[in-house]
Amino acid sequence: MNEFFLMDGYAPYVWSAYGITLAVLIWNIWSASRLRRQNLERARRAALPEGPGRQAKVRRIS
Amino acid sequence: MKLPRWFHMLGSPPYVYRLAGRLGPWLGAAACLLLVLGTYMGLVVAPPDYLQGEVYRIIYIHPQTAYIGMMAYVILAFAAGIGFIWRLKLAHAVAVSAAPIGASFTFCALVTGSIWGAPTWGTFWEWGDPRIMFELILLFLFIGYMVLRAAFEDRDKADRVSAILGVVGVVNVPIIHYSVEWWNTLHQGPTITRLDGPSMTSDMLVPFLLMVAGFTFCFYWLLLMRLQAEVVAREQGARWLRELAAEGRA
Repeated sequence: MNEFFLMDGYAPYVWSAYGITLAVLIWNIWSASRLRRQNLERARRAALPEGPGRQAKVRRIS
Repeated sequence: MKLPRWFHMLGSPPYVYRLAGRLGPWLGAAACLLLVLGTYMGLVVAPPDYLQGEVYRIIYIHPQTAYIGMMAYVILAFAAGIGFIWRLKLAHAVAVSAAPIGASFTFCALVTGSIWGAPTWGTFWEWGDPRIMFELILLFLFIGYMVLRAAFEDRDKADRVSAILGVVGVVNVPIIHYSVEWWNTLHQGPTITRLDGPSMTSDMLVPFLLMVAGFTFCFYWLLLMRLQAEVVAREQGARWLRELAAEGRA
């Protein structure tokens, strides 16, 4: 088992490459689902007829 | 020019939103399964390489992430082109969704390649290597596409201008692919896409292809998730979205 983790001396290379790839995958899943959740939440709030959730429509003039 | 019916269906935001919602989880499940299996077979089952030893195991993630980046760019360019020609907003939404995924995988390919290069080529980075350089340009194209879009307040204008960059940049993809044949580079020649079949033994080829499939499913899963988000953002105030939100399913 230990041998597996040592990767015949290449452990820093192999595990850092796999670690970074895993991090990229996790970031992708996290950011995509967060974006979808945020946009849906905004749509939900905009769809509310009245109430505290409703945000005033203010157009900023720049 | 008369377009087929499915083309019009794919131009309908509620249809695409629901289709993506239905397909997404299946793609995600398939991706997880294939990636776990491929990683296990690649790290544990597959034998070490006779020349490189254990470090060659980066081969189960580096070419795959590079390939996903290139595929993401082809999809971006294709979708942006369709959006530009037929003024199809959903096609632009696909292009927008592909960009951050492609950028992150291209970045991953550059970093894992750099890590692999250190023990095998004796260098983390080689400015003279064509494949590394064109891969870096691919990353800049993704970033450029996103930055260019962010520069426009008006979404339609962002769609049209960024589409031009997206389409023009696609010439870079075949250059990356053929760079190892056109120039002398540190990269090896083609291993998988050869006329006489892949030059890799099956106990290495199986996990290699499992990882290709796993990353591909993962890419489409992420693409559909982002596409749903983008459709919702573009359809603010649309009736179907209001109904969806009112149903509480959103």
